[in-house]
Amino acid sequence: MKLEGSRIIAADRETVWAALNDAEVLKACINGCQELEKTSDTSFEATVKQKVGPVSATFKGAVELSDMNPPESYRISGSGKGGAAGHASGGADVKLATVEGGTELTYNVDAKVGGKIAQLGSRLIDGFAKKMADQFFETFQKVVEGEPEGAEDSDENAAEDSEKKSWIKRLVS
Amino acid sequence: MPKDSGIGAPSKRREDVRFLTGAGNYTDDINVAGQKYVVFLRSSVAHGNLNKVDTAAAAAMPGVVHIFTGDDFAEIGGLPCGWQIHSRDGEPMAEPPHPVLARGKVRHVGDPIAAVVADSVEQARDAAEAIELDIEELPAVVDMTDAISGNAAQVHEEAPNNLCYDWGFVEENRDATMEAFEGAHHVTTLELINNRLVANPMEPRVCIGDFNAPSGESTLYTTSQNPHVIRLLMGAFVLGIPEHKLRVIAPDVGGGFGAKIYHYAEEALCTFAAKTLKMPVKWTCDRSEAFISDAQGRDHKTKIELALDADGKFLAIRTETLANMGAYLSTFAPAVPTWLHGTLMAGTYTTPLIYCNVKAVFTNTLPVDAYRGAGRPEATYQLERVIDVAAREMGIDPVEIRRRNFIPADAYPYQTPVAVAYDTGDYHGTMDKLVEVADFAGFSARREASKAKGKLRGLGICSYIEACGIAPSALVGQLGARAGLFESCTVRVNAAGGVVVMTGSHSHGQGHETTFPQVVSEMLGMPEEMIEIVHGDTGRGPMGMGTYGSRSIAVGGAAMVRATEKIIAKATRIAAHLMEASHEDVEFKDGMFSVAGTDKQVDFGSVALSAYVPHNYPLETLEPGLEETAFYDPSNFTYPAGAYACEVEVDEDTGVVEIASFAAADDFGNIINPMIVDGQVHGGIGQGIGQALLENCVYDESGQLASGSFMDYAMPRADDLPMYTVDHSSITPCTHNPLGVKGCGEAGAIGSPPAVINAVVDALQSGGHNVTHLDMPASPDRVWAAIQAAK
Repeated sequence: MKLEGSRIIAADRETVWAALNDAEVLKACINGCQELEKTSDTSFEATVKQKVGPVSATFKGAVELSDMNPPESYRISGSGKGGAAGHASGGADVKLATVEGGTELTYNVDAKVGGKIAQLGSRLIDGFAKKMADQFFETFQKVVEGEPEGAEDSDENAAEDSEKKSWIKRLVS
Repeated sequence: MPKDSGIGAPSKRREDVRFLTGAGNYTDDINVAGQKYVVFLRSSVAHGNLNKVDTAAAAAMPGVVHIFTGDDFAEIGGLPCGWQIHSRDGEPMAEPPHPVLARGKVRHVGDPIAAVVADSVEQARDAAEAIELDIEELPAVVDMTDAISGNAAQVHEEAPNNLCYDWGFVEENRDATMEAFEGAHHVTTLELINNRLVANPMEPRVCIGDFNAPSGESTLYTTSQNPHVIRLLMGAFVLGIPEHKLRVIAPDVGGGFGAKIYHYAEEALCTFAAKTLKMPVKWTCDRSEAFISDAQGRDHKTKIELALDADGKFLAIRTETLANMGAYLSTFAPAVPTWLHGTLMAGTYTTPLIYCNVKAVFTNTLPVDAYRGAGRPEATYQLERVIDVAAREMGIDPVEIRRRNFIPADAYPYQTPVAVAYDTGDYHGTMDKLVEVADFAGFSARREASKAKGKLRGLGICSYIEACGIAPSALVGQLGARAGLFESCTVRVNAAGGVVVMTGSHSHGQGHETTFPQVVSEMLGMPEEMIEIVHGDTGRGPMGMGTYGSRSIAVGGAAMVRATEKIIAKATRIAAHLMEASHEDVEFKDGMFSVAGTDKQVDFGSVALSAYVPHNYPLETLEPGLEETAFYDPSNFTYPAGAYACEVEVDEDTGVVEIASFAAADDFGNIINPMIVDGQVHGGIGQGIGQALLENCVYDESGQLASGSFMDYAMPRADDLPMYTVDHSSITPCTHNPLGVKGCGEAGAIGSPPAVINAVVDALQSGGHNVTHLDMPASPDRVWAAIQAAK
């Protein structure tokens, strides 16, 4: 399956690019990411917990950054094995362009699943991948822009999130 | 007044007492002391190089007894294919190996890679997950047209261009057929897909392997339609166990529909593991695993052309079909699109020239084999669809165009141009009956009534024939079968008079335990309750060939009649001795032997007792005992036929199709138990409606099974089906078996899909939507899209 989207982030292109290459940011943005360890400048080992329809599994695999063209574009891709649940792989081609109000981030996502997760959940994969991508870039935007002080956050990960939103401050300080 | 017992009586199904009270004895109900549990690790990719299977860590996990991989079977045979087809050029089909466990490559999602034996299912499952695999994924071959395009990956090195065979039939008629098309008044062409189906019997497959070390005997309990065939195939071709050291038991089996005919890897693995480890092992398939390990059905892509003269007489038929074999050749797979399909292309009609070309194709999908009807539904669907399209194109009524082409009732035996010779039939007769029971006269009023509710009503008909009672060994041998297809029966009369009938047929829903005693009861003049049926155990009966192809009563029943006739012949001699008469003068009627012209008589029970208490017995001319065995091999197939009518209501706005009514007028020859025949027809039509409106097995472009659960694979439910009108009063008895029976198990699934689709097209046409054809299943989205596309 394939999907695309874009959003405008209120930060300059270099700041956005730096965030796209930061393991901590990526970990915060990949929904269900429990571990993300850097194994080189462009590769990581990841553990991601996910639920597609009736199948929930912990995927272990690799996340790679490739086609690096700083500070304009790259491809982030990953593949993981979820044991009896099967396997999943996917990626996003990400492009940055300076626009009025900050940086426009556009992405083209592709995803593939196999095994039980495909057998039981393939009808749900399109929706799942869209949600996964939307969540990634939505969180990314929040993390890069930082949320307004005192913003209400009813999410159960509120404490974690409030740490995250100060990332940009940590980065510049 | 219907009879209350014997042939023709609607005797209640005696097996239902245990089935309906949860007291059936299915394979999973059997537990052998000390048994271990088997879990298979299966491929999650459709096609790949299997570079490494590392079991070291998994083998060390708690409870793990042993892990088998493909290497364990390196020196052992693979799963055999039971039928060889030759291509048009005379070459035998490509027959690549079918390993028990994958080696070197995986070829479909679900391909078994390793089998873990552990103390519990949970431990086996955990260990299976811990096996390290290195699979290098290869491009998957999914679409049949792509598969043979020359640009696709190779599923097997042994099958260049993924072609299993390229079969032509009748090759000698090819040129004449092509010529007939040249000069034809009208040619109708139709391209269609016969959708792939998942059999989904209610009971998933189960195997238990057991080994008795002191006797050296292996036992396999398995969910099979033909335990003797499994014993033969697995013993002789896979594991090298002689038949006297191998017993196969198939106890109560919860539905088969074809998918439990074949010899599966799990059976070989469990038997092998039990012998190797010297301990019993059990594998129970769950529903998800069944979707990726049971052989699937149908999956043909066909172009059919029908040439007609100006009066609508059929001059010639030619077809081009791609038939999906899946990744490996299942036991009878090559026969389905060829001899079970091409030979039926004459249908109930006098078409003089027929030529079929079938290319069988390997893909990275589950193996495909026979499913209720097997080849005959595919033949009937294309034929009855193209006739309907031709009738519409030529402005001839669909009943009328069929009547103009029916084989006349006085033409039997009728030699078709496609090898088979029909022994008997009356297609005008079943069509007359259909017109009556389906009330064709009232259709236009019903159409108006539907219109008033905002629905389009359509009427679709079909005239089917099938070749069943799958047998004549000599004939199927010529056609490439590697087995005989006789049937066997032993009838044992016990000393105190009860009778045990050991049949080679297997009952997994057909009701043999009820119908078979009806026949013997009629012949011996004793109550049905005195007769017990034994089946499904190679240790308890003669070598038989099992149940499929609607063959049980036509072939197995005939063997039973022959064995019972032998019993009567011997009992007559015993009775003659007891009455001090010549056996030529002894008559047997209603359970009583009598000497013609005298008042001397002796009952069957006394004769049976003397056979086992031979105090005063003609030992010099007769052996003691009363037990006889017969093997029956018929001279021809049987040819049940009939006419079906379906009425549907279509909602133009949503595309939803509802079956408004369904009527069947069948000729099954003589009927043993009309109630059971009704049930068989109901079940068959239910499956046919499922194929026509609901069921579809879908793989995505990478070979993943997208319809792998009941969430995505729509099985018919009670509320999808109408009350059926079923009539089997048209009877032309089979001329070559002793009961005059034809078989009824598959008819419903063969005749119903074209009737449904013809009805849907008729409904759409009546609403002004110029839709010529819709592929099955006619789901709401497809119907709606067809309406929009026709605008």
